[in-house]
Parts: sequence; C-alpha cells; structure tokens
Amino acid sequence: MRRLYLLLGLLLAVLLLLPLVLDKYLLGIFVMIFYYAYLGQSWNVLTGYTGHISLGHALYVGIGAYVSTFLAQKFGLTPWLGMLAGGALAAVVALGLGYLGFRFGLRGVYFVILTISCAEIARLVVSHIDAVGSFSGIFLDFHPGFANFQFRGNVHYYYISLGFMVLGSLAVHLLARSRTGRLMVAIREDEQAALALGVDSFKYSMIAIAISAFMTSLAGTFYANYVFYLSPNSMFGMALSIDLILRPIIGGLGTVLGPIIGSFVLTPLSEVSRTYFAQSGLEGLHLVLYGVLAILVVLFMRQGILVYLARALRPWLKLEE
Amino acid sequence: MSLALAFQLLIQGILLGGIYGLTAVGLSLIFGVMGVINFAHGQMMVMGMYISYWLLVLLGLDPYLSLPLAAGAIFVLGYVMQSTVVNRILDFPEAMQVLPLVAMGLILENLALLFWGPDPRSPSTALGLATFTLGSATVDVSRLIAFGLAIAFTVFLVLFLKKSATGKRIRAAADNRLGAQLVGIKVDRVNNIAFGLGAATTGAAGALLLPLMPVSPYLGHDFTTTAFVVVILGGMGNLLGALVGGLILGVTESLATLALPATLKQVVSFGLLVLIMLYKPQGLFGGRR
Amino acid sequence: MELLRVKDLGKHFGGLTAVDGLSFQLRPGEMLGLIGPNGAGKTTVFACLSGFLRPEQGEVLLEGQTLVGLAPNRICELGLARTFQIVRPFLNISVLDNVMVGALLREKSVARARALACEVLGFVGLGHLAQSPATGLPLPLRKRLELAKALATRPKVLLLDEVMAGLNPTEVDELIAFIRRINAQGVGILLIEHVMRGVMALASRVLVINYGQLIAQGTPQEVVGNQEVIEAYLGRGLKHA
Repeated sequence: MRRLYLLLGLLLAVLLLLPLVLDKYLLGIFVMIFYYAYLGQSWNVLTGYTGHISLGHALYVGIGAYVSTFLAQKFGLTPWLGMLAGGALAAVVALGLGYLGFRFGLRGVYFVILTISCAEIARLVVSHIDAVGSFSGIFLDFHPGFANFQFRGNVHYYYISLGFMVLGSLAVHLLARSRTGRLMVAIREDEQAALALGVDSFKYSMIAIAISAFMTSLAGTFYANYVFYLSPNSMFGMALSIDLILRPIIGGLGTVLGPIIGSFVLTPLSEVSRTYFAQSGLEGLHLVLYGVLAILVVLFMRQGILVYLARALRPWLKLEE
Repeated sequence: MSLALAFQLLIQGILLGGIYGLTAVGLSLIFGVMGVINFAHGQMMVMGMYISYWLLVLLGLDPYLSLPLAAGAIFVLGYVMQSTVVNRILDFPEAMQVLPLVAMGLILENLALLFWGPDPRSPSTALGLATFTLGSATVDVSRLIAFGLAIAFTVFLVLFLKKSATGKRIRAAADNRLGAQLVGIKVDRVNNIAFGLGAATTGAAGALLLPLMPVSPYLGHDFTTTAFVVVILGGMGNLLGALVGGLILGVTESLATLALPATLKQVVSFGLLVLIMLYKPQGLFGGRR
Repeated sequence: MELLRVKDLGKHFGGLTAVDGLSFQLRPGEMLGLIGPNGAGKTTVFACLSGFLRPEQGEVLLEGQTLVGLAPNRICELGLARTFQIVRPFLNISVLDNVMVGALLREKSVARARALACEVLGFVGLGHLAQSPATGLPLPLRKRLELAKALATRPKVLLLDEVMAGLNPTEVDELIAFIRRINAQGVGILLIEHVMRGVMALASRVLVINYGQLIAQGTPQEVVGNQEVIEAYLGRGLKHA
C-alpha cells in the first residue's frame, strides 16, 4: 500500500512540474483530462458508490455554469463565490430530484429516466429565459484576473483543474472510508439487505446525490470560465451527461482511481482524434470510435481498466489481493 | 382562443400520436422481452429517416414505397445489435447495461453526421403538401397516411406476437427466460428477432416521418425521450398501451401549444412522464414491472 | 413482560390470505420455532414483523412499542433484526466490511465498528476470512455471514429464516451451537426452519401455521405428534388406499 501512495505522490509531482515543459495546446489537453476526471469522480459518488444511475448529471454542470456566470455579469460577484452559490442551488435541486426518486421508490431504469427528464426540462426552460441569453446562450467577456476566474494562457487553468481533480478525489477517498460512505456502498450492493441492517437508505441516498451534485456544479463554473461560452445545449444537454459517465465506467466504477485512469485514457484519445478527424472533414468519427471503445470495455473489461492495471502492478506495489 | 384552432390542434395531435405510438411500441417490445431500455431507439429512427431519404433522392422511391426497405434495414441493424452486444449484457448490473446502448446511440448519431452532415434536409415528396379539409380543420394527407399506417403496423405487430409461432416464442422468452430455454426455445435467437422487430418499427416510423419534418442527425435524443414518455404512460412492455399512450401524448403536446411556445411543449411531456412514474409507475394500462 | 408480542396479525395479497389472525409472544431469552408446510405464510410473518410488508391488521409490539408502520431500518434500530431465507451478502466488498454495515448502526465511529465486527466474525468462526471478498464464500459460510451481519446490529430479537436449509448435518450442528450461544447472551430468537433437527434441538416452544393460521403450539415433542399438524404436512390419508 505504501508503494502505491509513493507512486501516486511521484506522479503528482510530475504533474505539478509539467507546465514547465508543455505548450499551450498540450496543457489544454491536460486541463480536459483533469476536468473530466473530476466530473467522473463527482458522478461516481452517486452512481459508483451509492448505485443510483444518473444519466442527467449535465443538469448540475449547467446550474454551476449559469449561476456563477449570471451572478458575475449581473452583480459583479466573483465566480469563486458564485461557484458556491451554484453548488448550493445544484444540491437543492438534486435533493428535490432525489426526494421524488427515492421516496417514490424509482430504481434502475426508472431512476435513469427521471434524471434524464429533469435535465431535459432544465435545458428547455433555460432555453427560454432571456436573462441568460435563451437559446443562444451567454458569451463571457474576457477580463483576466484571479477574482474574475479568468486567465491568459492555460497554466492557471492547469493548476486549478489539477486541484479540482486531486482534492475531489481525496474527498471521495475519505468519504468512501467514512461511516457515510460505507453505508452508501451497502445501499449500492443490496438496498433491501441494507435496510434490514438499519441503514436509512433514503437519508444516505439523499446525502449522496447532494454531495455529487454540489461537486459536479463546481466543474460547471470552471468550464464556463475556461471556454467563455455557455449554451443550454452544451451545458445541460444529454451529450454531456453521456460524456461524463464514460470515464469512470471505463476506468472502474466505484473506485477512487477509476475516473482518473479512465480520463487519462479516454480524454487525450477524444481530444486528439476530434481535432484530427475534424481537420480531415470526418467530424463525428471520433465519437463513433468512442462509442465502440465504450462497448468493448463493457463487454470485455467489465470491471474497468483499473482492475487489470492493479493486477499487473500488484507484485511491484505489494498490494493485497 | 378559438375553438377552430383547438380542433385543428386536436386533429394534428391525434395524427402525430399514431407515429409516437408506433416508435414506442418498439421500445416497449424490447423492454418487455429483454428488460433493457433501448437508449439508441431515437437514433435508429433517424437512421430509418435517412435510409428512406437516400432511396428517395438516389432512386426516386417515395417514402411510402421505400418503407419496407427502411424497416427491413433497421430490423437487420437491431438483429445485429442484439446478437453482438445486447445478448451478452442481459445479466450485467444496470449501470453496465445502460452504457452500451447509450454508446450505440452515440455511434449511430455520429455515423449519420459523417454520412449526411449536420444540416437538416427536407426532401419534397409526392404528397408532401397535399391537404383536405375536415370541418374547420385542415388535414395533411401525408399525416393521415402516416397515422393510418402506424396504427396498422402496431395492430399487425400485436397480432403477430399473439398468433404466430415466432410471436409465441417471443412472449414465452419474455415471460420466463429460463423456462423458455428449458422447453427448447433458442432464447438468444428469439431475442435477436424481438430486438429486430422493435427496431423495425422505428425504421417504419422514420420513413413515415420523412415527408413531415426535416431530418438531421441530432433528432435522435428527442425521439428517444418521447418514446420513453409514451412507454411509461402506457406501461412498460404493454404494446397496445404504448399505442394509446402515443395518442394521449400527441394530443397533450399539440394542445399545450395553445398556452406555451412550441419549443416548450416537451416540458409538458417530461412533466407528464415524471408524474406518471411517481404516481402510476405501472403506467395507465398496466405493465410488466 | 414479553419481549415481542404479536396480536391478531393479518396480511392479504389480493384475495389470498397469507397471515390470518396470528397471535403469539416471545419472552426474553426464549427460542421459538415457527414451522408449517411450504406456502403456509411463515416468511410473510417475518416480513410483517421486520417492516418489509405492512400488515393490514393486528399489532406488533417490541418491549411495548408498536412496530407496525415503521420502516425496516427503524425496526432494526429498535432491536429487531432478521436474516433472509435467500442470503443477501454485499457481494463486492469484504466479509469484514459486510459485517461493519451492521455494526455501524450502534457504533458511530468506524474504528469501533470495525472492532465490533471483528468480534462478531470471531464469534461465528469467520475471523480468518475477514479480508476476503464476500463473493468467494460458499453457501454454508454465506449463511454464517448473514447471521454475523444481523448480530452486529446488537438485536434484542433475532428472526432467522431457514438458516439451516442446504447445510449438511455437521454444518447444521455447528450452526445449532452458534445459535445457542447467541441465545445465551439474552437474545430472543424466532426461527423458521424446515430442518426439524434444528427446531427440535433449539426451540423450547413451536408454533405451527398453515394457510396463515395458527393450528398448533407447544413443545416440539407435543407438536410433532399432533394429528392436525401431520395432516397439514402430509395431507389426509387416502380413503381407498
């Protein structure tokens, strides 16, 4: 185990030093790796650890992006605080959704459909609110500065997104070892059996969805201030909801390292192939490959890449079985 | 609000509802037999639209004539999807079942984008603009034909499942997979056919929709979610329920445009979906779960 | 005072009466057997007591407090734990983590819950397997794990649903010994069992139900000689045999 922490520490040190040698384009790819790893980690809390499948997590990304941007544009509030406001609203919305789903016993595909529906309702409603640009969305003006969460180049974004990924993963790691996290896992494994052991599955499912939504929405604020543009389709759309679940599933669901490994594998593939195919006039091909990869992983590496990686590294890391 | 407008919208809603019903019947059949939700359903329908679009543009074949080809092509697509992927994931945990089907939708959507580009295409068809009047309302001929054929297909599918030997095998496999296996039914093959049939309905629906709306690669999500709503209304796995659910949704959405902008009508259907799931999860007409 | 008191319990599924006016009491430290032919309603009784089903009529009192209408987790918190006939281990986590879920009900700190879980695992003889994943356990050990999970919630009353089914005689004897030791700590036990050897060895009193109704009760020896009980299990003799 100690060697594993040593290895992770080493890798982190390398990541901290990378901006010294990488150019803007490559840094941008790493920003996306960290961003999607963090998103996957946030989703992992609800689906990987607690077992409630959400296919509407774009809802919380959208809330985070829109709330902080709206507050910054209307009231000049710094996105660092707007981010918390967005997180709070996302958690409240998630608790409302969770109340409906968990109180009324929607499980499995029914819960999936509930999450999709809520995200779609939000997307359509936001598309009709003029104060946030309705269909066409919001363009952010560029005013670089720490308080504005906007920076020239990619170095700042690199460190901020790295921070998100590391702190988010640390938070999930601690959660997983806590009493709350253990009860969440029991709910995932067998909700009825957990109830029989006194686990208040409603309460812990609610805690899980609130934490997950709060974390997810912070990424929304980051993304808005990274790309300077948000629209209902890109922030609330189903495409994002799908995108953000692929990495934890491919890496290993319900594990702390899964979303990170999944993102390190999938994000560069997707970023590089996207630019490459778009230049060759084959727009969309990268998503086809992406889909094929996702299917292959589910069919042939059901537990995700992490398990195979761990097996390969076990002798060296002296991990227990 | 004029009564004439309401009547017009009612007619339109009923006619559109027939097509909703037809796609939902396919989704419902697939769920009823395999217990999985086909998250690629809408994208398959878009494929059906593009296939009949191609046949129209390249061969001059009217969508009503190319309909069997579109349905057949999507049947094969469904059959292949089931035999290569879905049969292998039936015993997987639910999160693992969702992903491959979602990925399938992603693949189909982007294949459509690769082949036909992002711009909407609306070919002119023989009956495209023909209309007649019914009382105070104007009725598009192509809508009426689409409605009639959608109902006919649904009834045919239900009869097929009830009467034919293959249909009976499908229902046996749906009822009890292990039991069906024990009496010698090749469940995997039956599943392939069932998924193929469910898919074929979307191919047919796609062909029927082509004269009615411009086709673009990104329509799929909306079609899928509409089909969800209808299936949940009618009860998962209940085919006739899906047809009636389609009519209800068509009318509701159509009448909702009296009070809301047309782009918000889907909020109504999603709202309906959530309410039905919460208060009548077995659907209005009873379902399998 | 009784530990558990059930008065006039009734549960229907549509037109089918699964439990019909059942009444009984469990005294502190007592072991009570609940037997009856297949489909007699035994498991439904357990589901009604533990909150997984809500009975339409009757009362269930644990130390004088009513349990009807409470959620299963609340009932477990109040001190009534159950096992499932088809065991339900949390498959993807270790044996120790399984038992800790139960232990966390009483011990809010993870470290103390771990200590409690280890103690329980030692008690049921699974201590050496604490770190193995639950999915690897064979059925007899899964039954012990099921027992350990319930025990870790520190119940006052334990409902055991066919914990001996599918075990060989040696394993049954081991389990009988465990259950005696649990009982010796003052836990009241209600057991559904088809393995008569287990019932005879453990229960001081036996309730026999058929079609949801109590048809006989008494010591195991009294009950097995009861004509109505024999008929319930074997049917009436054929007249023309």
